[in-house]
Amino acid sequence: MDIETYSLILSALLFAIGTVGVMLRRNVIIMFMCIELMLNAVNLTLVVFSRSLGIEAQVFVFFVIAVAAAEAAVGLAIIISIFRHYELVDVDRFNLLKW
Amino acid sequence: MIVDFFFVLFAVMAIGGAAGMVLARNPVASVMYLVMAFFALSGVFVLLDAHFIAAVNLIVYAGAILVLFLFVIMLLNLGRTEKTDLRGPLYRMLAIVSGGAFFGLLLVMLRGGHVTSMAGGMGQETMDAMLRARGAVGVVADPMFRSYLVPFEITALLLLVAVVGAIVLARQKAP
Amino acid sequence: MVNFLESFLRVAQHADGGYQPILPGLILLFPLVGFVINGLGAFLWRDSKRVPSLVGPLAIIGSFAVVLANFLAMHAAMPHDPAIVSLWTWMAVGDLSIGVDLQFDQLSVLMLLVVTGVSSVIHVYSIGYMREDPGYSRYFSYLNLFVFFMSVLVMGANFAIVFVGWEGVGLCSYLLIGFWYENREFASAGKKAFIVNRIGDFGFLVAMLLVFTHFGTLNFVEVFAAAPETLVFGGGVVTLITLLLFLGATGKSAQIPLYVWLPDAMAGPTPVSALIHAATMVTAGVYLVARAGVLFAMAPVSQATVAAIGAGTALFAATIAMQQYDIKKVLAYSTVSQLGYMFLAVGVGAFTAGMFHLITHAFFKALLFLGSGAVIHAMHHALHQVHRHDDPNDMRNYGGLKNVLPITWGTMWIGTVAIAGIFPFAGFFSKDEIIWSAGSYGYTVLWVVSILTALLTAGYMTRLMVLTFHGENRSGADVRPHLREVPAVMWVPLAILAVLSVVGGWIQIPESLPALPAVDALHHWLEPVMEPARQVMTEHGLHQAHESPLGGGEAVWAIMSTGLALIVVMLTFRALVHRRYRPASESETPTGFAGILYNKWYVDELYDRLIILPLLALWRGCWRIVDVGLIDGTLNAMASGTRMVGWVGSLFQTGRVAGYMFWFVTGVVLILALLLL
Repeated sequence: MDIETYSLILSALLFAIGTVGVMLRRNVIIMFMCIELMLNAVNLTLVVFSRSLGIEAQVFVFFVIAVAAAEAAVGLAIIISIFRHYELVDVDRFNLLKW
Repeated sequence: MIVDFFFVLFAVMAIGGAAGMVLARNPVASVMYLVMAFFALSGVFVLLDAHFIAAVNLIVYAGAILVLFLFVIMLLNLGRTEKTDLRGPLYRMLAIVSGGAFFGLLLVMLRGGHVTSMAGGMGQETMDAMLRARGAVGVVADPMFRSYLVPFEITALLLLVAVVGAIVLARQKAP
Repeated sequence: MVNFLESFLRVAQHADGGYQPILPGLILLFPLVGFVINGLGAFLWRDSKRVPSLVGPLAIIGSFAVVLANFLAMHAAMPHDPAIVSLWTWMAVGDLSIGVDLQFDQLSVLMLLVVTGVSSVIHVYSIGYMREDPGYSRYFSYLNLFVFFMSVLVMGANFAIVFVGWEGVGLCSYLLIGFWYENREFASAGKKAFIVNRIGDFGFLVAMLLVFTHFGTLNFVEVFAAAPETLVFGGGVVTLITLLLFLGATGKSAQIPLYVWLPDAMAGPTPVSALIHAATMVTAGVYLVARAGVLFAMAPVSQATVAAIGAGTALFAATIAMQQYDIKKVLAYSTVSQLGYMFLAVGVGAFTAGMFHLITHAFFKALLFLGSGAVIHAMHHALHQVHRHDDPNDMRNYGGLKNVLPITWGTMWIGTVAIAGIFPFAGFFSKDEIIWSAGSYGYTVLWVVSILTALLTAGYMTRLMVLTFHGENRSGADVRPHLREVPAVMWVPLAILAVLSVVGGWIQIPESLPALPAVDALHHWLEPVMEPARQVMTEHGLHQAHESPLGGGEAVWAIMSTGLALIVVMLTFRALVHRRYRPASESETPTGFAGILYNKWYVDELYDRLIILPLLALWRGCWRIVDVGLIDGTLNAMASGTRMVGWVGSLFQTGRVAGYMFWFVTGVVLILALLLL
C-alpha cells in the first residue's frame, strides 16, 4: 500500500477520535478543539486527493482553514460571553434552549 | 524508505496528540497535545508534496487559532483541574462504540477501492514537475486567483464579519 | 346617469294606449328620503319633534299625490298592458337577468293608492299618538321605510323585486313590533313575527326558484304570458309553485298555520298595528295571490287549499276574538279572520272580490285600530296622571267611554257596522261579494262557514263596542276625571277613515240588488289584469252559477246576511249592555269553553309542545353529540395526538450536546452502513 492510502486511514482515525472527543468531554473549549481536529482530518483527505484529482483541492483546504479561523473567533467569543453569565464552561449546563 | 519512516513518525505523533487532547485532564495540556498533532499533520502534508498548505497549517492553525484557544483558556482561568470533565462510563461506552463503528465503516469504504483508486492517479513525476515549474506557492495560487477568485474574496468578507461578530459578542456590556 | 334619471322620472317601455307612468321614481324616493332624514334625526336632533312631524307625513302624502296622478292618468287611458319602468339591472348572471323594474298596471296602482292613502292618514294620526315618545324620530323613520318597502313590493315587476319588498316590510314589521325594545316581551314578539315570517319566506323563495327553472325568467309579464303554454293545467309543477307561494302568503298574511305572530305583533304602537298589521302589509299575501292569479287559476288543488285555509282561518280566528279582553287582540284576531275572507275569495277564483275586501278592510280596520288607539291613548294618559299601572289595553277597565270620547265612539261604530257587513257600509258590499262567490262557484261548505263567520264578526265587534263605550265606567273614580277626547290631529284621521268606511263599498254594487244603481267600477278597473286568470278558469269549466247552493239569487242572500248581521248586533248589544263586568284586576280568568277561546284554543302551547320543544331537543342533541362529541372531539383528539408526538420528540431534546452528537453519529453510521453493507 502506498502513502496515500495510509494517509486516508490516518485521516479517518483522526476524524473518529475527534467525534469521540466531542462526545466524551464536557468542557466546551475542548469540544471545540475536537472539532478543529476533525476539520484538519478532512484537510488531510483533501490534500491526498489533490495529488490525483488536481491541485484545486488544496484551495479548499485553504478555505477550510479560513472558515475554521472565523469559526474559532466567533465561537470563542460566544464561550466568553456565556462564561461571563454562568461562570462555567460545562456544556451540559447551557440548556436554556432545551424544550 | 525515508519517506515511510517519517510518515510512521508523524502518524504516531498525530494519533498520540489527538488521543492526548481528548484524554488530558488539563485544558492547557489538551491544547499542547493538539499543537503536537497539528505539527505532525503538517509533516504529513509535506510528505504529500503540499508544502504551502503545510506552512499555512502551521502558521494559521498551530500558530494563530490554537494560541487563541490557549489565550481564552487562560483568560477564563480554566487551567486548574480539580476533577476531570470526562463523561461517565455509559457515555464512554456509547462514544467508543459509535466512534469505532464510524471508523470501521470508513475503513470499509477505503477497502471498497473506489476511494483509493481516485487517490493514486497523478503519479509522483507529474507532481514533481509541477512543483518545479511553478513553485510550492505557485501551484496553489494559480487556481485560487483564477478559478476561485470570487469565493476567495467572499472568504475575506467572512473573516471581516467574524471579527466584528467576535468583538460584539465578547465585549463587556456596559453595566 | 342621464338615462337612469330619464327612466327614473319619466320614460316607460311597453307603454300602451297613451298611458305613461308619471314620475314613477318619486313614489319610492319620497318615503326613502323621509326615512333617511328621520333616521338621521334619531341621532342628530333627538328631542326635536318638528322635523319628524313634518317630514314623516309629508313624504307619504307626496308619494300619495304622485300615485293619485298616476291613477287618474291610467283611469283616463285604461291601458290593456302593464307599463314597465326599468330603473337599472340589479344582477345579470348567466341566463338570469334581474332588473329593478316597476310594474304599473291597474292592480298595482290600485294597491298603491290604498297603501299610500291609508299610510298618509296613519302618519298624521301618529303625530298625536307618538308625541310624547322618546323615539319619535326613529318611529317615523321606520314608518317611512315601511312605506318604501311596501311600495317596492306592490310595484315590483318580477318575483325578485317583490321579494325584496316582501323581506323589507318584514324587517320594518319586526322593527316596529319591537319598537319599545326595552320591554323584553315586546322584543320577543318582534322576533316571533320575524321567525314565523321566515318560514313563509322560505316557501316564496323556493317558488321563485321553481319559476325560474321552468320559465327562465322572473318577470311577471313574461311568466304569466307563458304559463298557459309552458305548464300543464292542474299539473304538479304549477300546483307546487302556487302552494309554495301560498306558504309565503300564509306567513305574511297570518293564515293557519302561521297566523300566531299577528296577535303578538300588537306589542307595537297602535298606529303600526293599524298600518302594517291590519291595512297593508298583512294583505300582501292576498295581493301576491291576486298578482299570480294565472298560476293559481291553473292549479285547482292550490285554489281549493287557499279557499279552505282562508275559510278555516276566518272561522277559527273569529271564535278566538269572541273571548279576548285586550282590545287590540280582538282586532288582531278580527284581522286574521278578515284576511281569511280575502283568501277565501281569491281561493274560489274571485280575485276581484278579494281585492275589494282588501280595500274596504284597509279602511274600516285601520279606522277600528286607530279608534282603539285613541281609547288606549286616553286611558294611558289618565292612568299615567294618577300613577296607576293598570293595563290600558284591557277592555274590562273601560266601559261607558262614549261620554268622554264621543268622536271616537261614533267613528268606531261606523267601523263596526262596516266590518259586520251591514248595508250600506263598505263591508257589506265586499263581504257579500265574497260570500256570494263562494256559494255560486259551488263551495257549499265554505259558503256556510263564511256566513257563520260573518255573524261571529258582528258578535265580537258589538261585544268590543259595548265593553269599551257602553255600560258604566270601570276605570276607577280617580282615573275618570282625567279621561279626555283625543286631539284633532288624531280624530280627523278617524273621521276621514270613517267616511271611507261608508262610501268605500260603493265602487262595486251588484246589479241584482234592487233599488240601487249598479256600479261595476272595480271589476271594470281590474279587468285587464284579471282577464288571463279568468280566461284560464273559463276554459276549464269554472263558471259562476246564478243561484246559491240552497237556491235563491245574490240579492236574497245579501239581504238575508245583512239582516242576520243586524239582528246579531242588536241581540249582542242587548245581552251585554246591562251585564256587570268587573275591572281586569278583580276578574277571574274564564273557564270552560270560554276559557278555551280565551286561551286561543291553546295553539301557542300546542306549537310549543309539537314543534319548538322537539326542535330544541333535536338541536341540543346535535350540539352535544355532533358538535361537542364529533367535531370538537376530533379536533381535540388531533391536538392531543400532536402534543403526544411532540412530547415523544421532546424526549430527544435533552439539552446535552453529547446526546445530540451521539444521535448524529449514529445517524451517519446508519447511513454509511446502508450505503456500504
